Amino acid sequence: MWSPEYESMARERREALQWKRLKAVVERVYQRVPFYRRKMEEAGITPADLQSLSDLKYLPFTTKDDLRENYPFGLFAADLDDVVRIHASSGTTGKMTVVGYTKNDLGVWAEVMARSITSAGGGRHDRIQVAYGYGLFTGGLGVHYGAELVGAMVVPTSGGNTKRQIMLMRDFGVTLLACTPSYALHMAEVAAEEGINLRDLPVKAGIFGAEPWSEPMRRRIEDQFGIKAYDIYGLSEIIGPGVAIECPEQNGLHIQEDHFLVEVIDPQTGHPLPEGEKGELVFTTLTKEAFPLIRYRTRDLSLLQTEPCACGRTTRRMHRILGRTDDMLIIRGVNVFPSQIETVLLENGEAAPHYQLVVDRVGNLDDLEVRIEVSEALFASEVRKLEELSAKLRTRIESALGINVRVKLVEPKSIPRSEGKAVRVIDKRNLYHE
Amino acid sequence: MKIREIAVFLENKSGRLAQVTRILGTNGINIRALSLADTADFGILRLIVNEPAKALAVLREAGFTVRTTEVIAVEVPDCPGGLAGVLQELETKGINIEYMYAFVGKAEEKAIVIFRVEEIERAVELLTGSQVRLLPESKVYQI
Repeated sequence: MWSPEYESMARERREALQWKRLKAVVERVYQRVPFYRRKMEEAGITPADLQSLSDLKYLPFTTKDDLRENYPFGLFAADLDDVVRIHASSGTTGKMTVVGYTKNDLGVWAEVMARSITSAGGGRHDRIQVAYGYGLFTGGLGVHYGAELVGAMVVPTSGGNTKRQIMLMRDFGVTLLACTPSYALHMAEVAAEEGINLRDLPVKAGIFGAEPWSEPMRRRIEDQFGIKAYDIYGLSEIIGPGVAIECPEQNGLHIQEDHFLVEVIDPQTGHPLPEGEKGELVFTTLTKEAFPLIRYRTRDLSLLQTEPCACGRTTRRMHRILGRTDDMLIIRGVNVFPSQIETVLLENGEAAPHYQLVVDRVGNLDDLEVRIEVSEALFASEVRKLEELSAKLRTRIESALGINVRVKLVEPKSIPRSEGKAVRVIDKRNLYHE
Repeated sequence: MKIREIAVFLENKSGRLAQVTRILGTNGINIRALSLADTADFGILRLIVNEPAKALAVLREAGFTVRTTEVIAVEVPDCPGGLAGVLQELETKGINIEYMYAFVGKAEEKAIVIFRVEEIERAVELLTGSQVRLLPESKVYQI
């Protein structure tokens, strides 16, 4: 364990710490962020009304829409001069979700990532290849600073150029790989084409996240690399990677509860669910300064596992993500909302666009096909014009989503409608099985 | 001297072409000429029929994406070099062809070819009174 004091703390002591920190963060946002003060006033509550940790349920939720409406810095609770880093992720309508970090926040992030790397068996003797993207996305830099904190040798390859990734992995004697699970499988495929047997390399473990994956996929990665594959959870709004990670038991992800307070709620009613029931994960950050979040609704479905873990950590574990409460897809690590495609079609003169997203894994990479029904307004008798239309829509959709897509023009009414509502998404990847 | 062609959008899946022809048949519509353009993903069926307005209505009713396109019908001498002569004439006049296809029937021992051209108004103007003979709608639909 990287921080045994916090990771194996007795539950009562941890709850006392959480309570102290919760009071402080609620007071902080109430004093510094008009949005939170207004929401709390509307709910008829002040920080002084909180009497115990269980009063958390009286605080209003914060949603992704709130983040977007306060773009870019409206929810920041620190002086902007004290903010030393910005990250951002894409949203439904093109407006990004912006998060900020003070020096202390970056310290917390490195700390939880150091715990995560340690949990996956990593330490100062390891060489960690960070093949998550570096940039506005939190993946690359998040893992990077945690790896430096544990004193590992960081190989910051970022995403892409798979052949070079594999060459460096071999030449540098990389022992730990961090990337999305689908990219790991893509690397395995390219390695096989290059005649490199990954099982012969010193790489012993991988930290995989930023997209949902399944147990069969884990087994494939473990088999092809000859490693142990660890599931890591995080989202930029909360901090980035490092909110929770598996231990060698691989039975649920230990949540860093001294920094992130977790609840599971019924997504319909908003009521907290008893421990062990499946619902939406809601997080409150306990220690962040620049971008604290109170009861943030992740829209990720999971459940909490509370039975003691053989690894010695006393933190509660969350089950691997079991689904989403909205229609967001994660394709090659990028968040995609079907409504983004609708927006593009409306902008291109379609009055009532009918479209469907078909997501599949081709080889080991996600493939997105956008099926668009050809209305009479779009139709032309010349092949050339239809192909131009298809190419134009592809370019616009790609620029809206930030990933490559294939566009397929289909006949009207060929996209199935259920109860008058079109089935917008077919996801053949079976990500949430098991 | 423009002719109305019916264009139908078809996905590349079995039975669609048969369905179009069946719908036209049961509605008593006779196909005079047709061409099918296809790509990897979709096809475009172009038809000259005896009753274009009715064909449009019944296909639309059946849920197809259809539209009418204006084309010209040209009489071509049914002999070696007949089509070459016509194409030469179009080229000389600077008329660009998008696509073309031949008629099933004949008119007075002449073959008939349908042309979809760019700037159709200008093309009709240029060809009227030239050696290239355009056929009127009334004649084409009845052949």
